[in-house]
Amino acid sequence: MPAWVRSGLLLSVALPLVACAGSQSALDPQALQSEQIRHTFIMFLAVSGIVWSCVTVVLGIGLLRRTRIAGAPLELHPPFETCAGRIILGLGIATTLIVLVLSFVSYAGQRTLFAKDPGALTLRIIGHQWWWEVHYEADSPHNSFATANEIRIPVGKPVKVELESADVIHSFWVPSLTGKMDLITGQTNEIQFTAKKTGIYRGQCAEFCGLQHAHMAFAAIALRPDEFERWREHENQSATSPTDTLAKQGEELFRGRGCALCHTVRGTLAGGQLGPDLTHIGSRTTIAAGTLPQTPAALGAWIADPQHIKPGNLMPRMPLQSGELIAIIQYLEQLK
Amino acid sequence: MKQTIVRNVGELPTFGFGLQSGPWWGAISFMALEGMGFAIAIGVYLYLYAVNPTWPIGASPPDLWPGTAETIVFLLSIIPNQYTNRAAHQQDLHKVRVWLVVMSLIGIALLILRGFEFAHLNTRWDNSAYGSVVWLILGLHTTHLATDLGDTIVLAVLMFTAHAKPRRFSDVTDNVFYWNFVVIAWLPLYVLLDWVPRL
Amino acid sequence: MSMAVEQKEMRDDALHGLQLATRLEGIWRTPSGLMGALMSVDHKIIGRRYIVTAFAFLVLGGLLAILMRIQLAGAEQRLLSPDLYNQVFTMHGSTMMFLFAVPVMEAFAVYLVPLMVGTRNIAFPRLNAFSYWMFLFGGCFLWISFAFNVGPDVGWFAYTPLSSLQFTPSKRADVWAQMITFTEVAALAVAVEIIVTVFKQRAPGMTLDRIPLFVWAMLVTAFLVLFAMPSIMVASTSLILDRLVSTRFYDPSSGGNVLLWQHLFWFFGHPEVYIIFIPATGMVSMVLATFARRPVIGYPAIVLSLIATGFLSFGLWVHHMFVTGLPQLGAGLFTASSMLIAVPSGLQIFCWIATLWDGRPVYRTPLLFVLGFIVIFVIGGLSGVMVASVPIDTQVHDTYFVVAHFHYVLIGGAVFPLIGAVYYWFPKICGRMLSERLGRWNFWLAFFGFNIAFFPMHILGLMGMPRRVYTYTPEMGWDRLNLLSSVGAAIFALSFAVLLANAIYSLRRGMPANDNPWDASTLEWATASPPPPQNFDRIPVVTHRDPLWADPNILPVIAGLSAERREVLLTSLADAEPQIREASPEPSIWPLLTAIATTIFFIGSIFTPWAVVWGTPPMAITLIGWFWPTGSKEDEE
Ligand code: HEA
Ligand code: HEA
Ligand code: HEC
Ligand code: CUA
Ligand SMILES: [Cu+2]
Repeated sequence: MPAWVRSGLLLSVALPLVACAGSQSALDPQALQSEQIRHTFIMFLAVSGIVWSCVTVVLGIGLLRRTRIAGAPLELHPPFETCAGRIILGLGIATTLIVLVLSFVSYAGQRTLFAKDPGALTLRIIGHQWWWEVHYEADSPHNSFATANEIRIPVGKPVKVELESADVIHSFWVPSLTGKMDLITGQTNEIQFTAKKTGIYRGQCAEFCGLQHAHMAFAAIALRPDEFERWREHENQSATSPTDTLAKQGEELFRGRGCALCHTVRGTLAGGQLGPDLTHIGSRTTIAAGTLPQTPAALGAWIADPQHIKPGNLMPRMPLQSGELIAIIQYLEQLK
Repeated sequence: MKQTIVRNVGELPTFGFGLQSGPWWGAISFMALEGMGFAIAIGVYLYLYAVNPTWPIGASPPDLWPGTAETIVFLLSIIPNQYTNRAAHQQDLHKVRVWLVVMSLIGIALLILRGFEFAHLNTRWDNSAYGSVVWLILGLHTTHLATDLGDTIVLAVLMFTAHAKPRRFSDVTDNVFYWNFVVIAWLPLYVLLDWVPRL
Repeated sequence: MSMAVEQKEMRDDALHGLQLATRLEGIWRTPSGLMGALMSVDHKIIGRRYIVTAFAFLVLGGLLAILMRIQLAGAEQRLLSPDLYNQVFTMHGSTMMFLFAVPVMEAFAVYLVPLMVGTRNIAFPRLNAFSYWMFLFGGCFLWISFAFNVGPDVGWFAYTPLSSLQFTPSKRADVWAQMITFTEVAALAVAVEIIVTVFKQRAPGMTLDRIPLFVWAMLVTAFLVLFAMPSIMVASTSLILDRLVSTRFYDPSSGGNVLLWQHLFWFFGHPEVYIIFIPATGMVSMVLATFARRPVIGYPAIVLSLIATGFLSFGLWVHHMFVTGLPQLGAGLFTASSMLIAVPSGLQIFCWIATLWDGRPVYRTPLLFVLGFIVIFVIGGLSGVMVASVPIDTQVHDTYFVVAHFHYVLIGGAVFPLIGAVYYWFPKICGRMLSERLGRWNFWLAFFGFNIAFFPMHILGLMGMPRRVYTYTPEMGWDRLNLLSSVGAAIFALSFAVLLANAIYSLRRGMPANDNPWDASTLEWATASPPPPQNFDRIPVVTHRDPLWADPNILPVIAGLSAERREVLLTSLADAEPQIREASPEPSIWPLLTAIATTIFFIGSIFTPWAVVWGTPPMAITLIGWFWPTGSKEDEE
């Protein structure tokens, strides 16, 4: 088939899909891997489109044909029967060939998709009901740190994510970057991708994991490599002690009201392990696994009544006076 | 629609053995699905065996003697079982009665041995996945053993009462057939449970 | 062997016409009254109940679907709480798969297969009655639990460890697992009955190459059930054991493995979808031949396709697990095997199109649904081929793209043929025709409603919408397509309302149907509509694949069966030569009692392991009661 026919065909099936691009869309690839997948997908889509059209057209013609001879049901025409038999056999063989070719196309795509780059930046992500624990692993322990619900990655550099689960099965999925991979209890999976453009890409847990499966999202922020290094440098630091009095009060309340039982703020006495690490919560874009934007108002709403916003999640509602709440918000906000 | 009679089947018998009989096909269908059940259970065992670095997990392999003794009894039981079969085909009521009693006794003996086997598995079902699958497999086979024993006893009772009619002989042959299945199903399980953990 | 009793016995060759008919009717009739109804072993009565019950579950499952569609119609709707939503979609999926789709296919088989092969009752009629009761009790158990807020909420495949005791401490997962056990027992029983009926009870002369295609399809399905269901039995049993007596099958900290569950589930789950689809193709072949006014082209090709699909379906389960981190090459092979199943499916489609091409199609409602089936199913099949590709699946797995795929194949591939089958066989079962005018409304509403409801889901999936989410935010941009989809679902639901209205109206006012209102070719049309209790006054002899077309006026039959007691003719496996006149069981209350005992056993055992101990004796007693000879004539030989 000439190139222009092919590209025209691809375009005609692909065009309606362009409209669907968004920050969490498989059709808006921003990484080598997701591009590869879209490429494979378009090929399959084109073949399917052709097959379906042929089937319906032939069916339509068959129904509308006017040259039928009336007769008893068993008055068959042997020449037609043999001819039809041959055509059916031919189509069967054609189907076999097509699916074999598609299998190879698929496998080729799979090879590219899962190609491993030994020099990749390594992240370890542990799924929790219903948030993401993130570890940046580096050659030196000084450069390894934990965060949650948001990952930042350098553009143009391969990133490897090791996936584990602390409870049930979850699935790591940032459609703009690559396909998904499950986080399975008792086993470690791996996935690699290389972002091509800077931007904020939304990811979401794709394996049903209980009550708040719907609210288990995260942000993947692709930065220029130098920005990324700067961010990593900063993120590696412990929290700085608050300077204003309100925030200071907030820090104390954070410990006094039990928050520290579940949350870690590096550099302070707060070392809880049951909830997300909050060392740099103030610099994140969202809170509660992508459920709310990271704003003082949203933080307040969340801490005041997490069960209202995300019913069933594992952070209890803590009894706080509104003054205390404001202090805690103030404290968290400055944990940049 | 008008009907024309083209054949009279009045002379055909009213029951048959083996391939001819409906219940036989029913029995073989059930064996097929139960055999599949055993195959899946074996698959579970081998899967767990493959994914675990140590096997058996936190236990020593089962003691050999109960399983081996059972295997021997199972294999020997085929002989009286075949006699039962022959007697049933000959429709010899007296012999069938005797052999059914013998088969019932063998079944009871095997159930007792099975009790020892559970006791000598050297693991509990809640110790580890190894214990669980071993108990599952043994339990599955014991259910078959127990149901077939129940069936044999009921048949024996029937044969000693007014219900000992010719068509019961066909039922007896089906029971014989099923017993062979229980025996054959045991052999791979014996190897799996008693020998694979010693590999 | 033949005894003195037999000589004196009256045979059907001594009687003719009405006399014979009344006599046989007296023998085969189900006793009247409530007790009679509970004792019935007539495959037609049980089949009818089975069909009605399965459709009742369709309505229930469909109403849940409507709830989901209302919830998802816009962003951040609050009709259902997350807890309820999770129960609702799990109940929807489980009800549709286990209480509607599989049983309804079996139900049609229970009704039709004995008629199509020309026998008087299904093999093991009491087992058949038992099967129905187990299905009914299992379904009621699930729905009553749901009413008490212990409906399962772990998805229709209940992945561990979410379904383990630690993460689902309530009884919800046990309810799910035990409902599986109920329906599996029911399905396995029917499978055995179908196999033996087809193997041994075919009318004389119905050689293997004269078996109607629906019967072939059901035979293949029965084997699929036989070999696939043990896997889920082992799975659900081990899950219950984990939850109840702390075995460790799925506990990674003690050597268990959570992927084991997925292997066991999908080793069953994939064949399961063909257990639903293959019978539907059988229905298509039957309807198509009648309304194309010629036999289906490529009978051998279709039979081979069915068998090939059956075999292949056991080699694909891993395509549901592409993102669990399995070895890449292995996954790639499962891509190829999954796609290969397009070949037998395609062959069938080609044969049907060729049949229509050469035929003289009569556009009655059943045919409309078959045409709709072809158009929709091919889309679903092709989206199946897409998700079979590992790279594509890593994107669309667990998104609405997959939801779209499986509704296209399930509804397009199975429900459309099924509704066609309802229009087609309704006159046989009920003696009256369904209204053709309402039928057309039904079809067009269904066709457009379905596509409006489910096509947008493909796009939603690609736009990143995961499945099983109870809500989403407006920023995601999914709301408009979801609204469209919900509107489509409402139209689709309306089509079912039309069907329901049509059935109720036609039961009373429909045009009375004669024996063979469509001028079809297979044996079920050779008897009255609805058929008498004995099905046929004399067992037909088959000399052609389309017996009623080969000779529309004269039906060759055999004589010599008993006119005093229930007797069926057994024939040989391959060439259907008469072999035995076998007694067929009388009505009995024991299957019901056994089902009750089993139900107590099953439900009890999710609360305490001791139920296995005290639940066994009642089961044993009822079983002995079931098989104990009653001293009636048939047992006396
Ligand atoms: C009736 C039920 C039914 C049927 C018939 C099918 C048919 C097929 N299905 Fe589908 N499937 C489901 C029901 C069904 N499926 C369900 C319920 C699920 C989801 C379970 C869950 O997760 O809840 C599922 C999920 C599912 C998955 C997993 C997706 C995921 O979770 O990520 C995959 C992956 O390979 C798949 C593949 C296929 C394929 C290749 C076919 C093939 O059999 C299709 C073959 C048919 C055709 C291809 C069309 C006709 C052919 C031609 C016209 C010839 C020409 C064709 C070519 C040249 C290609 N199915
Ligand atoms: C044969 C199987 C079958 C059938 C027929 C259907 C039918 C429908 N299904 Fe579903 N579906 C599944 C099998 C099936 N489904 C499975 C297996 C799942 C996966 C579950 C899981 O993830 O665990 C699923 C999941 C599923 C989801 C995804 C849920 C989620 O992931 O969050 C959705 C969402 O829209 C949906 C919608 C529908 C709709 C609108 C219909 C409609 O077609 C229903 C139409 C029918 C009726 C409405 C009933 C009849 C109506 C009347 C008699 C009239 C009276 C009523 C009114 C007028 C309202 N289904
Ligand atoms: C019992 C444990 C527990 C306690 C006590 C607790 N939290 Fe949490 N917290 C969690 C968990 C679990 C989450 C993740 C919830 C989710 O998103 O599903 C969370 C999430 C959060 C988040 C959002 C984090 C993010 O990465 O988006 C903030 C902010 C937060 N908690 C603050 C607080 C404050 C302030 C207190 C005390 C008033 C507190 N928590 C007390 C367990 C706890
Ligand atoms: Cu985590 Cu869904
Ligand atoms: Cu599948």
